[in-house]
Amino acid sequence: MRELKILSLVVAITAVLYWGIEPFAHSQMNPAVAPADFAFEDLEANNKVGDAAAGAETFMMAGCIACHGVESQGMDSPMDNETASLSFGVVSPDLGSAAYLYDRNFLAMLIKDPTRALKVEHKFNDENPHPMSAFYGLGGDIDQEVADIIAYLETIAPSKMSNKEVFEDACLRCHDMKYDKLYMPTQAEPLTEYMGTLPPDLSIIIRAKGHNYLTTFINNPQKHLEGTAMPRVGLKKDVQEQVISYLEEIGDSKKDERTKVGIYIIGFFIILSVFAYLWKRKIWKDL
Amino acid sequence: MAVEQNRRDFLGMAFGGVAAVGGVFALGAMKQTWDPLPSVQAAGFTTVDLSPMKPGEFRTIEWRKKPIFILKKDSNMEKNGNRDVVVDGSEYTVVIGLCTHLGCIPAWKPNEQKFHCACHGGDFDVSGVNTFGPPPRPMDIPPFKIEGSKLVLGEEGPEYDKLVGNA
Amino acid sequence: MAQIKKANGLVDWLDQRLAVRSLTRVLMTEYWIPKNINFLWAMGVVLSVLFTLLVVSGIFLLMYYKPDVNYAFDSVNYTIMQEVAYGWLWRHMHGVAASAVFLVIYIHMFTGIYYGSYKKGREMIWISGMLLFVLFSAEAFSGYMLPWGQMSYWAAQVITNLFGGIPIIGDALVVWIRGDFAVADPTLTRFFMLHVLLLPLIIMLVIVIHFYSLRIPHVNNETGEEIDYDIEAEKYKAGDKKESKVIPFWPVFLSKDFFVVSIFMVFLFYLICFHYSFAIDPINFEPANPLKTPDHIYPEWYFLWSYEVLRGFFFDVGPIAAADIGLMAFGFANVAFFLLPFLDRSDVVAPAKERKKFNLWFWILIADMIVLTIYGKLPPTGANAWVGFFAAMVFIGLFISLPIITKGETKGGAR
Repeated sequence: MRELKILSLVVAITAVLYWGIEPFAHSQMNPAVAPADFAFEDLEANNKVGDAAAGAETFMMAGCIACHGVESQGMDSPMDNETASLSFGVVSPDLGSAAYLYDRNFLAMLIKDPTRALKVEHKFNDENPHPMSAFYGLGGDIDQEVADIIAYLETIAPSKMSNKEVFEDACLRCHDMKYDKLYMPTQAEPLTEYMGTLPPDLSIIIRAKGHNYLTTFINNPQKHLEGTAMPRVGLKKDVQEQVISYLEEIGDSKKDERTKVGIYIIGFFIILSVFAYLWKRKIWKDL
Repeated sequence: MAVEQNRRDFLGMAFGGVAAVGGVFALGAMKQTWDPLPSVQAAGFTTVDLSPMKPGEFRTIEWRKKPIFILKKDSNMEKNGNRDVVVDGSEYTVVIGLCTHLGCIPAWKPNEQKFHCACHGGDFDVSGVNTFGPPPRPMDIPPFKIEGSKLVLGEEGPEYDKLVGNA
Repeated sequence: MAQIKKANGLVDWLDQRLAVRSLTRVLMTEYWIPKNINFLWAMGVVLSVLFTLLVVSGIFLLMYYKPDVNYAFDSVNYTIMQEVAYGWLWRHMHGVAASAVFLVIYIHMFTGIYYGSYKKGREMIWISGMLLFVLFSAEAFSGYMLPWGQMSYWAAQVITNLFGGIPIIGDALVVWIRGDFAVADPTLTRFFMLHVLLLPLIIMLVIVIHFYSLRIPHVNNETGEEIDYDIEAEKYKAGDKKESKVIPFWPVFLSKDFFVVSIFMVFLFYLICFHYSFAIDPINFEPANPLKTPDHIYPEWYFLWSYEVLRGFFFDVGPIAAADIGLMAFGFANVAFFLLPFLDRSDVVAPAKERKKFNLWFWILIADMIVLTIYGKLPPTGANAWVGFFAAMVFIGLFISLPIITKGETKGGAR
């Protein structure tokens, strides 16, 4: 009947407007990017089988502990946070959890050619080298040596890490999380100089960017922010999910409550509409 | 006609009733929005380490935005079995440092061994008992729990329950 | 002096002192509304409900919001959204209702245009209504600044900059409005004052005027018929409800309004809890950074048509700069709707479908507003810029041509 036609017209115009303003406009402003590549296909795979025992020795001789601590094995970080910040621009990560967090092939390439693995070749080169120096091997088969190191790291890595622990190891070096009272160990000024800008606090980033964007972004920041100083993080797929889950816990902690309360409120108004309709019909019946 | 009238009223009242139920829930949510925040409620616990205190020493700390007087009694100060908080063998006066008259903070006068309230001249002894002036009762004892040589304010321990029964 | 007698009941006691019975008759049970109306006539009450939601949710936000550039963002996104019980609900309600209120304002406004409810004695209803549109726009703009996100800051920066285009006093005016050389803490606190106190008070006052202005000319109806309210009211009161052309505001008109509002709430709370990004823009979850403009900045959707007119003129014409042409067009566009009763030279009150030329004019206007809105969101490059230019020209052309196309219109004729 007539009112239904009017309603359809209003709904149609609203729908056209909504489509243009939201999905269409946003697809123009943010064109789709390729999905996240957790195989890190641009990096050659390391196909050697690592020997953890040999790796433990190679690790100690490879120069890693000059900058990296491994607290779980009793090796403190060689520098305090202030010195590390001033020397490298950022505090270097503890390697105890590296094998849990990072993809194996990514790790292998990171050890041999950090600039390439981290996708920061646009910033660092021979004249301006990356703070982490490449590993040129100890004289043997470098790929075997790298595989051995990784095998050793795998033996010392924890079997499980909480979402928060993953964030602390993989992200906290550069990003504050003040809503969870976490602050980066790196000092802000040297970090800003190193990165060109201060990496943002991630407390509410989940609501600013959303799950999909962050999935492709963390996996390869260059896809969304060409020329950014943020390195490719190299996390395994499920570990990256842990990071995003943590971001949701802190940035959108009321999500479940919102869903639950929403259903109750909508249910209430549906019931109210039924009663409203019955009353309206009764009143209008004899007009 | 009369029947119609009643039926319409019933539906109208039913609609009004359902709307009112929604209103009650909305008011409930509004009431909860007024509640003290979780961070405020969590700040309701303060731990104090009493071991560094010397006999005769007086300290003020903050708990739930109120001053707490802690006085470690020395050999000259009269003991009060009903009010003393015994930690690690020493007697302490532990009270909320607010005059029970109208809420000013009394000052500890070590030379006179008493608390004196400047607002209306009330006095309390070394155990916090009112001795002179308008205060109607001794200074209140905050809920506390003893953990070794530490005092946890905000939690009701067995020693607190005993004192409150006696005091 | 009132004649006070022994009261029989509370209502009688109040009636002797406050005339509550007369008041109820005048405002409710004998306030006559035409019967031949459709659900679009409920939009006024829907707007009243939305405004009430905004005020109530605003009250609870006000308990915890801190109007200081160092605290504002976290007071909203940490304290209110995550600490305060149901704080997230008030914030989501406030943001989504603010957006929804404009959708309903536009429906309400264009209903008025379609049925000719802006003329023949109803000019003050129309003008007070357009004034409410401007006041709600200012309220929305000032409110958007408060969370102090990236969009808050840059929208404030860009829009306050507009005033610099005013000749001679422009630059000084911009600094005066901001309270500082750039948008900063003084800007935030004064817009907080506007949003929380001054504008709501003025809005409430103008709503009262708007409601009052309806009484003498009476609410319009679907056919534009001029009803003899005295006769029709008598019919209704005598019990001849079917024959009467009018209905009382209470309970008849409001009973239908309550039904429309209930259905609307289902839709509104679906948006509030599940689909809110169109109203609570993700970019505003980034704290304001005066040193970095976001890649894509745009106003809220209800300002887009106006924004597109502003930037629709992107080339100079002779000595006049494009920016100035845009500013003048923008000024015209925002005043044009006010002048509608006077640009429409005909005194025919009828639905647009019975006024051939006006009907065409109306639907072109709707289409043009849609194009302007959507293109106001798109990046203004290449073909988009030209579409925007033509759409802006069509808008201006429509209002200039209205006196011409309505001049020859006579009553009863579809000329």
